[in-house]
This record gives sequence, C-alpha cells and structure tokens, in this order.
Amino acid sequence: MITLGDYLIVSGTLFAIGFAGVMLRRNLIIVLMSLELMLNAANLSLVAFSRFRVQPDGLPDYNAQVFVFFIITVAAAEVAVGLAILVALFRARQTTDVKDISSLKF
Amino acid sequence: MSMLPWYALLLPLGSAVVITLFTLRRKALSSFISVAAVLGSFICSCLIFIQSGISAPASTWIEINGVFNVPLGFVLDNLSKTMLVLVSGVGSLIHIYSLGYMRVDEGKSRYFAALSLFMFAMLGIVLANNFVMLFIFWELVGFTSYVLIGHWFYRDPAAAAAKKAFITTRIGDFGFTVGILMVWMATGSVVFAEIAPRMSILAGHPVFLTTTALLLFCGAVGKSAQFPLHVWLPDAMEGPTPVSALIHAATMVAAGVYMLVRVAFVIQTSQTALLVIAWIGTITAVLAALIATQQNDIKRILAYSTLSQLGYMVMAVGLASNDAAMFHLFTHAFFKALLFLAAGSVIVMLHHEQDIWKMGGLSRRLPITFFTFFVGALALIGCPPFSGFFSKDAILALAYERNMPIFAVGLFTAFLTAFYVVRLLVIVFFGKPRSDMVRESSESPLVMTGPLIVLAVLATLGGFAFFARNFLALPIEKEVAVFVPALAIVALIVGSGLAIALYRNRMSEPLDVEFLRHKFYFDEFYSWLINWTQELLARISAFFDRWIVDAGAVGGISGGTWGIGALLRLVQVGNLQAYLFLFGLGIVALIYFAVFR
Repeated sequence: MITLGDYLIVSGTLFAIGFAGVMLRRNLIIVLMSLELMLNAANLSLVAFSRFRVQPDGLPDYNAQVFVFFIITVAAAEVAVGLAILVALFRARQTTDVKDISSLKF
Repeated sequence: MSMLPWYALLLPLGSAVVITLFTLRRKALSSFISVAAVLGSFICSCLIFIQSGISAPASTWIEINGVFNVPLGFVLDNLSKTMLVLVSGVGSLIHIYSLGYMRVDEGKSRYFAALSLFMFAMLGIVLANNFVMLFIFWELVGFTSYVLIGHWFYRDPAAAAAKKAFITTRIGDFGFTVGILMVWMATGSVVFAEIAPRMSILAGHPVFLTTTALLLFCGAVGKSAQFPLHVWLPDAMEGPTPVSALIHAATMVAAGVYMLVRVAFVIQTSQTALLVIAWIGTITAVLAALIATQQNDIKRILAYSTLSQLGYMVMAVGLASNDAAMFHLFTHAFFKALLFLAAGSVIVMLHHEQDIWKMGGLSRRLPITFFTFFVGALALIGCPPFSGFFSKDAILALAYERNMPIFAVGLFTAFLTAFYVVRLLVIVFFGKPRSDMVRESSESPLVMTGPLIVLAVLATLGGFAFFARNFLALPIEKEVAVFVPALAIVALIVGSGLAIALYRNRMSEPLDVEFLRHKFYFDEFYSWLINWTQELLARISAFFDRWIVDAGAVGGISGGTWGIGALLRLVQVGNLQAYLFLFGLGIVALIYFAVFR
C-alpha cells in the first residue's frame, strides 16, 4: 500500500534534487530546468494531498488539483520569460555561466 | 482739535521723502526743501505754543481689546510744547547754518534728507503720548544719528564712530524695551496718561518699581550718553559739525533727559532708583569734565562738556526736580548749539583743522565767531548773567538742599568746567597763531554767522526769569540758595584764573596727565572686555558647532548610514547562488519560526 508519506518522500527528494541543481549547477539552462523540477515536486505533493483527502461524497479534494493547473500555467509562462532573458543575456555576454553574471554587486 | 501738530511732525518727513525720491541729484533744491520744511515745522510749533488747551486728532494704531492698545496720539502739555519750539527752533537755525557749512559737500542731498528725517523723529519723541510711539521715534533718531555721524562714511573713523554710536545706544535701548514691557505688564497700558493713575497698584512692590525705573533709565543712559555708556558721544564728533550741534549737543542727547522727565511719575516712585540716577549723573558730570581738561580736539572738548552738562541734567532728574532738569536742558540747547556752530565756523575756515594747538589768535581773524563763542563759553561755565549761570545754579542749589556729597562733586565739576572752557578759549582765540592756515583765515559767510548771532542772543537771554518763564516752570528758589551762587562763582573764578595762568602764551601742553588724555582708558577697557567675552562666546559656539552640530548631528547621521551601508555591502557579493542560498536559509528559518514556535 503506497501511503501519503511515500509520495511526500519522492516529492521531497525531487525538490531537494532541484534545489541542489539550482544551488550548485553553473549553467543557467540547467538552473532553469532544476527550477522546473522543484515546481513539479510541489505539484506532485499537491496531487498526492488531493488524492488522500477524500471528501464525504467519496471524491478527492479538487482544490489542490486546480492549484496544480495554475502552477503548470505559471511555470510555462515563467519558462518562456526565463528563456527569453537567457537568450538576451547570452547575446549580451556570450555566456550562460552564473559565475560570470555577478555584476549586481557593489 | 487742530491739525497743527500733525503738520509740524509730518513736514520734515515729507521733505525727507521728497529729497530721497526726487531731488537727490539737485543739491541746492534739496537743501532748500529741507530748510523750508523745518521752518514750516517751526512756525507750526510756535502756533501750537501760543494756543492754550490745544488738542490734536488721534487715531488707533494697534488695538487688541483689553490687552494692548496703541493710539497714534500726541501729548500737548507745557513740557512738550516747550520742547517742540526748542527742537524746531534750534533745528531751523542749524539747518540754515548747514547751508553754509555743507556748501560744497558731495552728499549734500543725502545730508539734508537725513537731517529732515531726524527732525521728524525728534519731534515724534517730543509729541508721542505712549511708550510704543516714543520707542519707535527713539530708535529712528538713533538711526538718523548713525546715518549722519557716518555722513563721510569713506573715512574709516567716521564709519567706525557711526557703528559705535548705534551699537552702544542699542545696549541702553535693550534695557529701555524691557522697562517698557514691565510697565505694560504691571499696568496693562502703554499710554502715559493711563499709566500715571495706575501706578498706585505697584506701591507694594518696591523691587519691581526700582527695576522698572532703572530699566527705563537705561534708555536714557544710552541716548544721553551717561556713564558707563558715554563712550560713543565723543567719537560721534566725526560727523559734520552742524550734526554734532543739533543731534549730539542740543536735541537728541537731551531726549534721554526729556524721556526721564516724561516718565517721572514712574521714576519718582522709587527712592533707590532716584539715588542711582542722581549718582550716575554726577559721576558722568565729573568724569567727562576731568577728561575734557586734557583733550586737544576742539569738538571733542565740546563733546565732553556736553556729557558733563547732560550729567548735570540727569543729576537734577535724580534729585527729583524735573523743573531744574528741563531748565538746564533749555539753556544748554542754546549755548551748546552755539558753541558747536562757532567751533564749526572755526573748523571750516581752517580747512577742517580741529587740533586746538594748531589754532591761536583767532579772535582777530574771526571776530563774530569769537564773540559768539565767547558768549557760549560764558554761558557754559555759568558766568552771570548768562543763561548757564541760572540753570546750573538751580541744580547746584537743589543738590545743596538734598544731597551734600553730590553738591560737592557738582561744585568741583563747575570748577573743572571753567578750567577746560577757558583753556579752550585761551588756546584757540588768544596768543599767537600757531599755523599758516590761521594767518590766512577770514570770517565765515552770513549764512553761518547769522544763526550764531541769534543763538548768542538766546544763550544770553535764556536764563533770565522773564524770558524762560514763558517756556518752563522755573524751579523755586529757596533761601539756602543765596549761599550757593557765591560758591559757584568762586569755583568759576578759581577755574578760569588757573586756566589763564597755565595756558597764556603757551605753544604746547604744559600739563600731561596720561590717564585723563586716554579718557580713563574706557575705550581700551571696553575693547578688551568685548574681545574677551566675544572670544569666549566664539569659542563656546565654535565648540558647539564643531562637535555637537557638525560631528554629532550631521556627522553622526552620515557616518551611521555609511557604516551600516559598508556592513551590508559585505553581503552583496554578486554571486547569484549565494543569494539563493541565503534566501533558502531565510525561508527555512521562517518556516521554523512559523511552525515550531
């Protein structure tokens, strides 16, 4: 029997992998991908919550699933914008390495 | 109801305005406008004088019901009528004399405008029926005095003297302001006629009364140049001589005495204040007379004699006799104006030479000037039957009756007066000429000698009862007074005899008293005192500014901002992932605190 806890462990592992990717990887595209991974980890746990929170009429709680749709939509938009920025950045700097993008300091 | 007092007051103001606005470039026209205005003012004054029970329309200037009311009104009693005629009369003569004296001056228009403005202010002081008006005109005479002393402002001593006069009198005026406020606080009114009946409220507060009286007296100390604020008057002689005659001898400096007489109902309620006033007057009289014996500038000698005579007047006020003070003010205005104008005639004929040791033998060269100066000098030293004899005698008799030490000092001053005036006469007008200028000099034009002759007549007549009674309430003669004139005449003869013996046929000063020549080192002492206090104040304020304001407030804020900014800068490394790490840490901390605490 797969419990809620198992789903949350998978979700948490995915989130940790995503966070580590954001923190540690130098390539901005990989960073962006890791961000998506973190978002989807959150989606997974939301869907799991929906599944395991059964209403009195026997149906799952759809609120969480609506939330997930929102996240997917926003994530799509975010990726579009993020990639556009990335392209612009690459044109300006000829690099996608985070280490080289450190001009936002004193 | 009569508009005459308004005409008398406003004519000179009109003249000052017209000259300043329209005729500054036309010097002759300016001077005639000014002379015409003052003559018109004089005629109005005479008309006011001969009408009894005259009153002028008054209006309200400031009105805060029940708290503070300032009317624009005139007081027209015998005192102010006499002063009105005196001020405008002497003023007219001096305006006419100025036509001659200032004939070739660059700033003639400016001079006459200021003179007109002075006449306006002085008549305002005489006519004002409340403290606020009095004070405003009081300051206005101070200002015109400043302008006129500094008439030749391109000469450094004149500019410095003007500043000195203004600042020194301001010190006294500060006390005067406080005194006025105290009177207003106690009685709720600034109008003389309303204050007088309310003085009884204060009968139970002697300390308050004494303080008020002495603060009001401060104004007179400044304006009438009494010890210890007397230092400005001798320096004020840097101005043109008619100004010295009009402002610094006959009228403005007497305004202090007039003010004291006007507010006598306040001053005479406090015996302590009266005593202080009497002694200040006495000290001024003797101090100035002592200094005058060693001066070499003809105008300065006269300035010190003015101080000394003002001391007599203040002494009389302090001895609670307004009549004696006003009598001396009245005669003094004539003979001192006369002396100054005659001295001016000498100075201008010697091409602005003022050192008496470069004169000599002028009695043959300038006969009219000499004769009129001689009359003025006799009046000043109190030689009978000239006017000064009567008025000074009245004060001495008063002192003899009320306060023996003051009488003794007053008599000594009379001796000194005779000494230094005769010294001046002997050196300037007798003996051999001491410079080429004297040998080439000749008599002044009629426009200058005319006023001299009129004033000489007035200085002779001024003291006789039949003449003076028309203008003043004469002090009542007592029996003891028989003895006093005799003593005064002895002092006069001894003083003059000594001076003649010492100074006859001398070419230079036989006596040399260092501390008298240096005027008791008052100027040195004051400049030391001012330097010292100013230095201290400057150091304290510099410390405050540098350390509290600059370093503390301004520097503290900017330094604090800088410091915090520098700390925060350490965090701004520009590494995206480091930010993210901190951001993650923050979220973890937030969750920790939100959930587990």
